[in-house]
Amino acid sequence: MTQTAISTKPKEEVLILQPTRGWGSLNLSELWVFRELIYFLTWRDLKVRYKQTVLGAAWAILQPFLSMVVFSVFFGGLLRVSSDNVPYPIFSYTGLLPWGVFSKALTDTGRSLVTNRTMITKIYFPRLVIPLSSVLAGVVDFLLAFVVLLGMMWYFHIRLTSNAWSLPLFLLLALVTALGVGLWLSAMNVLYRDIGYIIPFLTQLWFYVTPIVYPSSKIPEKWRLLYALNPLVGVVEGFRWALLDTETAPGLMVTISAAIALVILISGLFYFRRMERTFADMV
Amino acid sequence: MNALAIRVENLGKKYRIGLSPERYRTLRDSLVQAVNAPRQLFRSAEKRENSTIWALREISFEIQKGQVLGVIGRNGAGKSTLLKILSRVTEPSEGYAEIHGRVGSLLEVGTGFHPELTGRENISLNGAILGMKRAEIEAKFDEMVAFAEVEKFIDTPVKRYSSGMYLRLAFAVAAHLEPDILVVDEVLAVGDAEFQRKCLGKMSDVAQEGRTVLFVSHNMSAISRMTEETIVLDKGRLLMRAPTQEAVDYYMASGFSQTGQRTWEAGEIPSEAAPFQPIALRFCDTKGRVVDTIRSTEPVSIAVEYALNAPITGLRVGIYLVTMRGEYVFTSFDTDNPEMFEQFGVRPAGHYVSSCTIPGNILNEGRYVLGLNASSFRVKRYFQEEHALTFTVDGTGAPGMQWPEARLGPVRPLLEWQIEAR
Repeated sequence: MTQTAISTKPKEEVLILQPTRGWGSLNLSELWVFRELIYFLTWRDLKVRYKQTVLGAAWAILQPFLSMVVFSVFFGGLLRVSSDNVPYPIFSYTGLLPWGVFSKALTDTGRSLVTNRTMITKIYFPRLVIPLSSVLAGVVDFLLAFVVLLGMMWYFHIRLTSNAWSLPLFLLLALVTALGVGLWLSAMNVLYRDIGYIIPFLTQLWFYVTPIVYPSSKIPEKWRLLYALNPLVGVVEGFRWALLDTETAPGLMVTISAAIALVILISGLFYFRRMERTFADMV
Repeated sequence: MNALAIRVENLGKKYRIGLSPERYRTLRDSLVQAVNAPRQLFRSAEKRENSTIWALREISFEIQKGQVLGVIGRNGAGKSTLLKILSRVTEPSEGYAEIHGRVGSLLEVGTGFHPELTGRENISLNGAILGMKRAEIEAKFDEMVAFAEVEKFIDTPVKRYSSGMYLRLAFAVAAHLEPDILVVDEVLAVGDAEFQRKCLGKMSDVAQEGRTVLFVSHNMSAISRMTEETIVLDKGRLLMRAPTQEAVDYYMASGFSQTGQRTWEAGEIPSEAAPFQPIALRFCDTKGRVVDTIRSTEPVSIAVEYALNAPITGLRVGIYLVTMRGEYVFTSFDTDNPEMFEQFGVRPAGHYVSSCTIPGNILNEGRYVLGLNASSFRVKRYFQEEHALTFTVDGTGAPGMQWPEARLGPVRPLLEWQIEAR
């Protein structure tokens, strides 16, 4: 949007404002300058959410937990969906954890620019701060839900495997995917409010093409790589591998998923930057 | 040291006016026409060009460090657009601006305030949004709370604040920003007199500390007090830059530039005004001539001509009289009198003129703004225009003119005094 140049005089910043065209640079270093704002907005999202609801932070736990119970009864119990020799509740819950981060981020970032309209039309800051803090707020929910997972693993006598070190990486992959998709959706939502209606539907479809209630070993061998084009496949498989050491070693699938996630994130960043300059006028 | 704070060259901002209902219809129509006759295609392209407006064009000026520059102009003159560009909220469509130093903008106080959060929490959040560092916020926290006078409620969610407390807190945070260049838009339009006085005081402190201030306001007395130089914008162009007094005089003389009569074209009336349709507001002397200046001693009649396209229950058509400083002198409606209110309980469709007379020896000399309002109490405000017309009151022959001094206050009645020796 703008370029910052340092003039010959020391310590005086000269800002040049002029029309920009085309794709421009990402200028991500600016995000570092505004790191405190990212922190405060994330904190605001959490605080407001927990203040306004009766159950507060319990929602972060109840949502995946109740889903897990329902899935265990129907898919695990009645339909006898295989779960790679892991108790079905644990199996589905490990899928629900990263899925929760992703789906929540999708919903929140998608509308984040529109809900923060007053800030965007009044004050300058890198607009990336807004979807970014929406995604980060989901991490706290994840951590709360993760504590429940540890409790469940204790209950089912499952020990943490030596792969557990890689868990943060898979969480990062989930966040990268969520932010990438979120950037596309939030920027598009400014122009076309239809996006707001598409998101719930998109989330629902995405749920079924992700191995949460079923293992990806059910997918025929030759389709697996195609299946892994959904970055969440890599994320969920990675989670299960890291926590439960499941047989489906994720190797190639995770690589493909990670590559796709990066493509989505980088293209999302560029698209967002390109659209950014019109946000204040359009939102 | 470089003395330049802001340099603006040929700055312009173009907006596309689309998505309005009429626009949508013309778009569809022009598509249909385009299918019927290729010749029409050319015309629709022409129309498309017409559907962009320049909110700001060919603006060039410079501000030196430490200068306080006022910006005045009518609604829609481009003042806010200019400030938005300079504070980087939106980018220009053409031209270029050069800014030396950190810009803090006060486009609206309380941006990012969340009603569920406490005063304390909102201070941190709002400070961060305005670009303060956490250490800076902490260092100034007590000062801000004291300025806002909300010590007792600092841990209460701001949704429980009175509107005055809310405003004070919001302004307190904004006022403690310490940018090199402060850009202020109409913060003084809100709040009570005490609050406004406080804001103005804080603003002049900022100016006295040698910071550059760009100050937009409709409040001419605030502009006059705060700034030495002022630019006047009109329809997106820079009309003049002059010492403030000169600019304010010029603006007052030409700014509202309606000569005793305001007429409304069909396109100007918002659709929510229906079925009320304003036609004209006239300001006439005793002989019925439309005038722009009257004598303080003479009565004057004000006539509102309008049409009702459907009957309206409980309609009241009235005027506001406001001084150039924005102080209300009075509000009056055609059905203020209970008898009139009874008689016109339901006003049938038709063509009307509501008129009244302001007696002589009421208004002080000076310039006044007349606003129009048509509403049904607690039902709907059909139409409102606060700056419909301006007029001048000449003081010749007014009470007390034997003393050549400015009389304070908007009214200048001739009261019947008795002097008795006791």
